[in-house]
Amino acid sequence: MKKLLLGVSSAMLMASVAAPALAQDKTKACFVYIGSKTDGGWTQAHDIGRQQVDAELGDQVETAFVENVPEGPDAERAIERLARSGCDIVFATSFGFMDQTVAVAQKFPDVKFEHATGYKTADNLAVYNARFYEGRYIQGQIAAKMSEKGVAGYIASFPIPEVVMGINAFVLGAQSVNPDFKVKVVWANTWFDAGKEADAAKVLIDQGVDVMTQHTDSTAPMQVAAERGIKAFGQASDMIKAGPETQLTAILDTWGPYYVKRIKAVMDGTWTSGNIWDGLAEGILSMAPYTNMPDDVKAMAEETEAKIKSGELKPFTGPINKQDGTQWLAAGENADDKTLAGLNFYVEGVDDQLPK
Amino acid sequence: MLFESVLITIATAATPLLLAAIGELVVERSGVLNLGVEGMMVMGAVCGFGAAALTGSPWLGVLAAVAAGSLFSLLFGFLTLSIATNQVATGLSLTLLGLGLSSMIGEAFVGSAGTKLPTLAAGLGAVPVVGPPLQNLLTNLAELPLIGRFLFGQDPIFYISILLVVGVAWFLFRTRAGLTLRSVGDNHASAHALGINVLGIRYLAVMFGGACAGLAGGHLSLVYTPQWVENMTAGRGWIALALVVFASWRPLRVLAGAYLFGAVTIGQLHAQAMGFGIPSQLLSAMPYLATILVLVLISRNRRLTLMNTPASLGQPFVPDR
Repeated sequence: MKKLLLGVSSAMLMASVAAPALAQDKTKACFVYIGSKTDGGWTQAHDIGRQQVDAELGDQVETAFVENVPEGPDAERAIERLARSGCDIVFATSFGFMDQTVAVAQKFPDVKFEHATGYKTADNLAVYNARFYEGRYIQGQIAAKMSEKGVAGYIASFPIPEVVMGINAFVLGAQSVNPDFKVKVVWANTWFDAGKEADAAKVLIDQGVDVMTQHTDSTAPMQVAAERGIKAFGQASDMIKAGPETQLTAILDTWGPYYVKRIKAVMDGTWTSGNIWDGLAEGILSMAPYTNMPDDVKAMAEETEAKIKSGELKPFTGPINKQDGTQWLAAGENADDKTLAGLNFYVEGVDDQLPK
Repeated sequence: MLFESVLITIATAATPLLLAAIGELVVERSGVLNLGVEGMMVMGAVCGFGAAALTGSPWLGVLAAVAAGSLFSLLFGFLTLSIATNQVATGLSLTLLGLGLSSMIGEAFVGSAGTKLPTLAAGLGAVPVVGPPLQNLLTNLAELPLIGRFLFGQDPIFYISILLVVGVAWFLFRTRAGLTLRSVGDNHASAHALGINVLGIRYLAVMFGGACAGLAGGHLSLVYTPQWVENMTAGRGWIALALVVFASWRPLRVLAGAYLFGAVTIGQLHAQAMGFGIPSQLLSAMPYLATILVLVLISRNRRLTLMNTPASLGQPFVPDR
């Protein structure tokens, strides 16, 4: 039923986006969003990137977007419609748009496509992603310092590699400070349901966690943490407004500079396909100000951030064991990107069974 | 302490479902199927939040949520009752319209700080003369072990929801007006022949359902998670609709179903946090499975269920036909 409704609503949205014919001297950059541009999280971060393109490239560029596009056949229609309407480059900003973007890219060889968080490329299709786990590692270290009980709560969405990677990085960061640190994971099985996320937060606090992080998109957990007087981390956007005395930091997705760079490349004719997985160093993600923590914790977080930026510290560096105690990485060994992108197991010390 | 806190969490999760379901129960008992619960609920949520944000008073927010829900349901009432459109299609459009309209209205409120509705005790404290002693009484009673806070320390909407269930049960089965409403839902032609104003009664029922759904939305944006985000109802309207059917249109069963659903929802999260090692996807499905199973078992007597089913449900009534 919900799928049907979404389908109808996206069909209506698509009708409204049909763009007028364009002056040819302007480069047109188009964006496909899975959610609403004001979701306060993932999609909003992409839309802020789009606005930065408008601001920096001004008259040379025209941007357009379609929001609330469900993953599936509707996505292909939405992407194709943009390609047809004269877009020079189309950014598809959800993992689930992958096959649809590949299909449309084949039909429109002259249009450039970029797909966020995916792995399928073509001559006119690039992929881009951010190393969110770098931020999670810093969060883990802060959590271990801030928690008196040695237990953090983790509200997770779905058991996909992206989320598993985050939990692992958080645990590794925490254990680098306190080897006995525990993490309680609760799967909400949703990206966005404020009520359910709030329930999960209350449950975790009732079970005795005194610091909490989330990989779901609403600010509800932050609000609950504020009400119950524990500390928490924000997700995707700065959530300090929901918890002025609660948020320790947040991982901020900063797509703007990347979008500006890629659109400029289209203008100059220097655009080539590629597979980019940038991190804190390149600025595609950044940390919200370190707040509500003592100075020494802040100093530690800043130092770790600097080390990650300089490449001195990589979160997934051995020795690391898998949850069952078998070796994953030998001492000094780094996880390669391919393994990370398909990560489907926990590291030692996670107090949860990974849903299959 | 843990027990108490879990009880309150369950009540918070169950209240919006209960409110929306008890409203829809009355609507369906009058023979009208309104699938627009989700839409009315989300309109209640956005208008409640908006009014509270603009006036600074969460109490006005609650009123606005109720008003928004019932006004929005009036649109459905006009279409399905006065011009006899298809109820299923109209209800679905009401949901779509509500979701779209609410995100338009709510655009200005995204990310703004919410105001949480105070507890009943704190609210009473603001009433002159009689307020403070009542507040003292409730605050003291809330200190009772285990169930004190659950019974005496909650927000006013929780108490309204319980009173509404009792009130609706009494109204439907113990008053003449309730009998009239049920007769309209069972056989509108006969009711009409007896001189009962079928459409008038259905209008009132639809508006009552809208008001309840609006209040449920207000609970979401003023108590549950005091903020506004698009689609914040997240399917709760549909769960409420299902509850009504599985509870075979009996108010106390709706109460049982809503609390069971809430309890299993919270219980499975606790099971996850304690690390029982049961797959979380299965645990997430538990509230639905458990609620359906229990309500189907309660309603397994087919004859009684048929008796409770409004016979004219979903059928348009045009008086001069």
